Amino acid sequence: MTPLDESAIRIETLTVGFGAKIVIDDLSLDVRRNEILGLIGASGGGKSVLLRAVLGLLPARAGRIEILGHVRGPGSAREIGRRCGALFQQGALFSSLTVLENLEFPMREYLGGSDAFRREVAIAKLEMVGLSAEDARKFPAELSGGMVKRAALARALALDPEVLLLDEPTSGLDPIAAGDFDDLIRTLRRTLGLTVFMVTHDLDSLNSLCDRVAALYGGKIVAIGPLAEVRGVDHPWIRAYFRGARGRAALA
Amino acid sequence: MRQVVGAALRICYRDCGPIRRRALTSEPTLARIAADGGLRLKASGAWIADHADALEALIVAAPASVALDVAGVERLDTFGAYAIARLKGQAELTGVSERQRGLLEAVARLPHAAPAGVKPRNRLADALESLGRALSAAGADAVDFAAMLGRVSLAFLHALRHPQAFRLRSIVHHLDRVGVQAVPIMAMMTFLVGAIIAQQGFFHFRKFGAEDYVVDLVAVLILREIGVLLVTIMAAGRSGSAYTAEIGSMKMREEIDALSTMGFDPAEFLILPRVLALVVAVPALTFIGAVSALAGGGVVAWLYAGMSPPIYIERLSEAVSMTSFEVGMIKAPFMALVVGIVAAVEGLKVEGSTESLGARTTSSVVKSIFLAIVLDGVFAIFFAAVGM
Ligand SMILES: Nc1ncnc2c1ncn2[C@@H]1O[C@H](COP(=O)(O)OP(=O)(O)O)[C@@H](O)[C@H]1O
Ligand SMILES: [Mg+2]
Repeated sequence: MTPLDESAIRIETLTVGFGAKIVIDDLSLDVRRNEILGLIGASGGGKSVLLRAVLGLLPARAGRIEILGHVRGPGSAREIGRRCGALFQQGALFSSLTVLENLEFPMREYLGGSDAFRREVAIAKLEMVGLSAEDARKFPAELSGGMVKRAALARALALDPEVLLLDEPTSGLDPIAAGDFDDLIRTLRRTLGLTVFMVTHDLDSLNSLCDRVAALYGGKIVAIGPLAEVRGVDHPWIRAYFRGARGRAALA
Repeated sequence: MRQVVGAALRICYRDCGPIRRRALTSEPTLARIAADGGLRLKASGAWIADHADALEALIVAAPASVALDVAGVERLDTFGAYAIARLKGQAELTGVSERQRGLLEAVARLPHAAPAGVKPRNRLADALESLGRALSAAGADAVDFAAMLGRVSLAFLHALRHPQAFRLRSIVHHLDRVGVQAVPIMAMMTFLVGAIIAQQGFFHFRKFGAEDYVVDLVAVLILREIGVLLVTIMAAGRSGSAYTAEIGSMKMREEIDALSTMGFDPAEFLILPRVLALVVAVPALTFIGAVSALAGGGVVAWLYAGMSPPIYIERLSEAVSMTSFEVGMIKAPFMALVVGIVAAVEGLKVEGSTESLGARTTSSVVKSIFLAIVLDGVFAIFFAAVGM
C-alpha cells in the first residue's frame, strides 16, 4: 500500500474551462481515504467536468490533482488507471465487445491468472451488480439503460480498485436496483477499504450512503460536510435544492 | 472481428508492461493441517487481484477439506472472495472478520454460473453452413435492394404530387458535396486515365502502323465504358461511403427512430435527397470526366506522338459518334441509383456497435462497385441487342 495519507484524492486550486467559459473555478477539494463523498450541483453545473478532470480526460488550466499520492500527469496514468475505477454517465462500454469482454479486457491487461479463471471472476462480478451470466454474452447495444449502468459499474470494479469515481450511477435504475447498488458499494467500502467520489442526485444515496456531501455551485464547492450540516447551510441554491418538494419527500 | 478490436486496444497498452504491486503485499498461502475430522485449510496473506496467478494455483491444487480458516487473510477483494468461495465447497468457514464478512457473503450468494462450453465443430458442416449463409445473405440483399428502391420511388412519387416534399435545401447541400466538390478529383483522375490509354495505344498500335486508330480507341473506350465506370467507382468510394456512415450513425443513435416517431418518413427526409443528388451529379461528372479524359488523350497525342491538337480534334470528330456518347450518358443515372440505394440499404442495416458501422460502410462500397460493374455488363448486352 502507498504510504498512508489522509486523502485519496486531493484537488488543489483547479481551474477547467472551455474557450472563454470557466466551468471549474479555482476549486479545492479533498476526498479522504475510505470515505464516500457525494457531489451535488445543478445540471450543467460542471459535475461531470470536475470528474473528467480528476480522471485526466480534460486538461486543467491551473491547479494540481493528486490521486493516492500520485500527481496526475502523463507518467502516472497507468498506475492510476490500475487503482482507480470510473463509471461514466453514459456507461461508455466498448460497443464492439460483449459485456463479459468489457470486463475481461482490463483484467487481462493488468492481472495474472488464466483466461478461464479471470472469466469466472468477471462473471461473479457481473452477478454481484445484478446481471446474469446470460447478459454477459450480450453486446452493449442489446442492454437496457439500467443494465448498461450495472455493466459499467461491474467494469469499474473489474480491477478491484481503491478509488471509485461514479457519475450518476443510480440515475436510470429502479429504486430496488438503486438500493442494491448502495448495499454493494457499502460492502465493498468496508472490505476493500474503497474510497468513492460520486456525483448523485439520489437523495436516498446521499442520505444513507454518503459520509459527506459537497455542493458545487458557480464552479466552486460552496458547502461540504455531513448531509445534515450541508442541508443547514445558508446558500440560496442549497436551500432551493433541499427545501424543494422532492428534497423534502426523500428526507422526510 | 471482435478480437481484432480487443487486440487493437491491447496493443496500445502492451509496451507499458503490467503493473504488479505484489512486492508491496504478501503472497496468499494455504496451509494444510491434518485433524481428526479431516483436512483443515488455513488461508493467509493478501487475497487480492494482484495475486491472481497465485490464487488460481491455490484453488486448483487444493484438496477437499472440512474447514477453511480465513483469520489470517490480511487483505481481501472480490478476486480473493471468489477464490475463497470456490475453495470452501462443503467446508465450514471460520475466522471471518467483521470487515470481510459482507463481501464473502455477497460472493457466496452468487449462482456461479459457468459460461456454456464451446460445442465441437465439424469442418464440412461449417463450410456448408457458411456457403448457405452467404447465398441466403445474397438473396436477402436483393430483396433489401428492391424494397429500398420501392421506398425511394414511393417517396419520389409522393414528392412529385407534393412539391414541398422535395427537400430542396437538402438536395442542393448534397449536390454540392457529391457533385461540385468532386469535380477536381474526378477531372484529374479521368485526365490521367485518358492520357494513359492514349499512351498505351500509341505505343502498341505503332508496331502495326495503326496510329490513326488510337483516337478511335480513346474516344470509344472513354465515352462508352471507362468514363462512367470511373466516375461510378469514385462516387461509391467518396459519396456512397459517406452516405452509409451518416445514415448508419443516425440509426445507431436512434435519430432515425426519433424522425419516424414524429411522423416523418426517413426515406423522404434522408434518403431521397441523397439519391437524387447522386442521380444528378453522376451524369454531370461523367460528362466532365469524358471531356477531361479526351483532353488527357489529346495532350499525349501531341507531346508523345506529335499529333497536333487541331488534327486530334479533327480525328476525334470523325471517330466519335453520338451513339457512344449517349451510351455512356444513359448508363450514368442508373449507376448513381445503384450507389445511392446500396448506400441507404447498408446504412439502415447498422446496429448498435461502432464495428458494424465500419463493416456496413465497407460493404456499401464493395457491393455498389460490384453491382455497377454487373449492371454495366447487362447494359452491354442490351445495347448490343438494340444495335447501339
Ligand atoms: N466538451 C465540452 N465543450 C464545451 N463545453 C462543455 C463540454 N463539456 C461540458 N461543457 C459545458 O460545461 C458545463 C458543465 O457540464 P457538465 O459537467 O456535463 O454538467 P453536469 O454538472 O450536469 O454534469 C455545461 O455548461 C456544458 O455545456
Ligand atoms: Mg453530468
